[in-house]
Amino acid sequence: MTPFFDAWWLPVIFAGLMGLSILLYVILDGYDLGVGMLTRLEKGEARDLMVASIGPFWDANETWLVLGIGLLLVAFPVAHGLILTQLYLPVALMLVALILRGVSFEFRAKAAPEHKQRWDDAFFVGSLVTALCQGYMLGAYVLGFDQSLAAVLFCLLAALGLVAGYLFVGACWLIYKVEGELQKRAVRWAEVTLWLTALAMAIISIATPLLSTRIFDRWFRLPEIIALLPIPIAAATLFIGLAIFLRRPLRANDELSWVPLATAGVLFALGFVGIAYSFYPYLIADRLDIWQAAASPESLTIILIGALFVLPVILGYSFLAHWIFRGKATHLSYD
Amino acid sequence: MDGLDPLTLARIQFAANISFHILFPTITIALGWALLGFKLAYNRTRDSAWMDAYRLWVKVFALSFAMGVVSGITMSFQFGTNWPGYMEKVGNVAGPLLAYEVLTAFFLEAVFLGIMLFGFSRVPGWLHTLATFLVAAGTTLSAFWIIALNSWMQTPVGFEIRDGVVHATDWWAIVFNPSMPYRLTHMLLASALTVAFLIAGMSAWRWLKDGGGEGVRRSLKAAVYAAALLIPVQIFIGDQHGLNTLEHQPQKVAAMEANWETAAGVPLILFAIPDGEARTNHLEVAIPSGASLILTHHAGGVVPGLNDYRGNHPPVGPVFWGFRIMVGIGVLMLATAWFAAWTIRRRGVEAMPRWLAHALVAMTFSGWVATLAGWYVTEIGRQPWLVTGVLRTSEAVGPVGSAMVASSLTLYLAVYAVLLAAYVFVLYRLARLGSAAPQGKPMFPIPRAAEGPAAHQSEATS
Repeated sequence: MTPFFDAWWLPVIFAGLMGLSILLYVILDGYDLGVGMLTRLEKGEARDLMVASIGPFWDANETWLVLGIGLLLVAFPVAHGLILTQLYLPVALMLVALILRGVSFEFRAKAAPEHKQRWDDAFFVGSLVTALCQGYMLGAYVLGFDQSLAAVLFCLLAALGLVAGYLFVGACWLIYKVEGELQKRAVRWAEVTLWLTALAMAIISIATPLLSTRIFDRWFRLPEIIALLPIPIAAATLFIGLAIFLRRPLRANDELSWVPLATAGVLFALGFVGIAYSFYPYLIADRLDIWQAAASPESLTIILIGALFVLPVILGYSFLAHWIFRGKATHLSYD
Repeated sequence: MDGLDPLTLARIQFAANISFHILFPTITIALGWALLGFKLAYNRTRDSAWMDAYRLWVKVFALSFAMGVVSGITMSFQFGTNWPGYMEKVGNVAGPLLAYEVLTAFFLEAVFLGIMLFGFSRVPGWLHTLATFLVAAGTTLSAFWIIALNSWMQTPVGFEIRDGVVHATDWWAIVFNPSMPYRLTHMLLASALTVAFLIAGMSAWRWLKDGGGEGVRRSLKAAVYAAALLIPVQIFIGDQHGLNTLEHQPQKVAAMEANWETAAGVPLILFAIPDGEARTNHLEVAIPSGASLILTHHAGGVVPGLNDYRGNHPPVGPVFWGFRIMVGIGVLMLATAWFAAWTIRRRGVEAMPRWLAHALVAMTFSGWVATLAGWYVTEIGRQPWLVTGVLRTSEAVGPVGSAMVASSLTLYLAVYAVLLAAYVFVLYRLARLGSAAPQGKPMFPIPRAAEGPAAHQSEATS
């Protein structure tokens, strides 16, 4: 089978699809991991409601991770092996945490009441460790898997940064999905985590160009710098705008309760575009680019045909699920 | 674990993960269709006993599905962390098959599962039935792609090797490779039997406790009939699968039979301790010409021996014993299911003797044991190859050190042990609560929503 256009484009398209999956994953699973961590702040009925707000979605959200890592595996097999062997321990730890988290969600509702607290603990710890590991991996990836002490410290900082980011988007999700006192508390959580997230994004944005002259040149060179300036300006504007929005009392009839969540999504997207722009076309900083890592054009074409048919359908039925379970979360029931 | 090299550890780790993982798809593949059956029966009769059965087993499905998803995510990472050589060599074939699994099946299941679990009162009845159907279809489609890839690793065709890397030449041949139709059918039936014995066993357990109710009796009867119908089909398909293996992977069959020398009129060994060092069996108990009769369907047939494949055949003990465990459980299943079906048909569920119910309880997880034993036969039976004739397992292992693999392995094993215990415990808890509450229990019981029609309606109108 021959590709129906220049094979040069195939790795570019797959890098784009992979990037899109990872971005969607970070936003979507980000909110449910964030809610998972925030459950620690509530008890009883409020905690049940928080868990119920992510109930119909978390499964599908996690699937974007499988797709993202799956695309890395099938489209860039060499990079998959190199990256994952470098990240062996954080990956193993993250997987155990993801397992704990996913099953505690089921067990907490089905186990005997006296064991519920233990599964709640597992749910919280699983969410937290998943977020920490992903942040650590992000840091390690940005640094090109440097193992020095300074690099490890940076990775730990990135781990805390991603926790803040997930808490932020989780709080925004709750503002959208719950009402009453719990919603008011969610607004406060969002106000605090907003600044932590901004700080984390600022640190990573400043650190990345300083670590690589190639990335530095991509950002601070005319005329690119003029074209790129809107990204940090837009991010700063959104952070400040949202902070002002959150300080004012909630609107009547719950109007505009979707605004924080949408803003958080756009902010994550901006951060992602920044990192993607710094790295492109490399999959591993300055070592391996997407053409060196790609699978054969024949295999990529086969996957692409399927992906072009299936991805719109997946997006379509994800919207369907969010539409069916729209509005404020209620206590979930199998009836 | 000082004595173990990274290759052995990586194999143990992957085996532990995939063994844990396969338990749950084995349940969800067939349970999805069983749920669709319950839902359709309810749609047709409007009899609430069917909905009771649906509500109980949909919880088991949700729990099993979650266990399957999280342990499945582990697999997609371990290809890279433990076996980087695998994707480098055969990624051009394995990649698209795995991609199609995620694209067509995984998302379908994950998205419609939400509607299937929580959408009963939120969406029209037909959409809920459709969601149930799509989830069942998704799990089966998932099995289709994964079995296609696994079978291709057993009997690879439709490719060429250029610059040391496998390139696909014929996708039709790759997907429908010689062992694929047999392995897929065998696995789907294994799933159906696992679920049939699970439902029969849990229902019998409930029936022994307090009689259960109409939903329990009906589930028990349906499960026993399904098992009685399917087990002879499975034995026939298993025989066909064995003949297919004899044709394409004779060294695996030689190991299954612990037959060292190629010969005519080879006996069927019932018991033996195979000795890989001395290349012989100890304490052998055998039926003369039995293996020839089974494998070639006549007593004088020639059966291949392991000595024709020196250095190129799997370890004999695990394959030989795995095969005997699988077949032994199959025979037990046949006896239990046929006797129970005959008794229930004659006397009804209520008049079933208690010892028979106890026998069904004892067989609750027999499908898991048989399925695991069967997979061990086929996967260990493929060694020393990862992809038969193309890639040796030792060539695919990654550069990660023993200590790291050992520590993560310990962590995985601890988590899996806890989760498996919790899973079985919760299954019995669900069976005990089961249809105790006529309307089924809300997932998060809250004081003001005590079971009753009022709570039900507020749920429906909110």
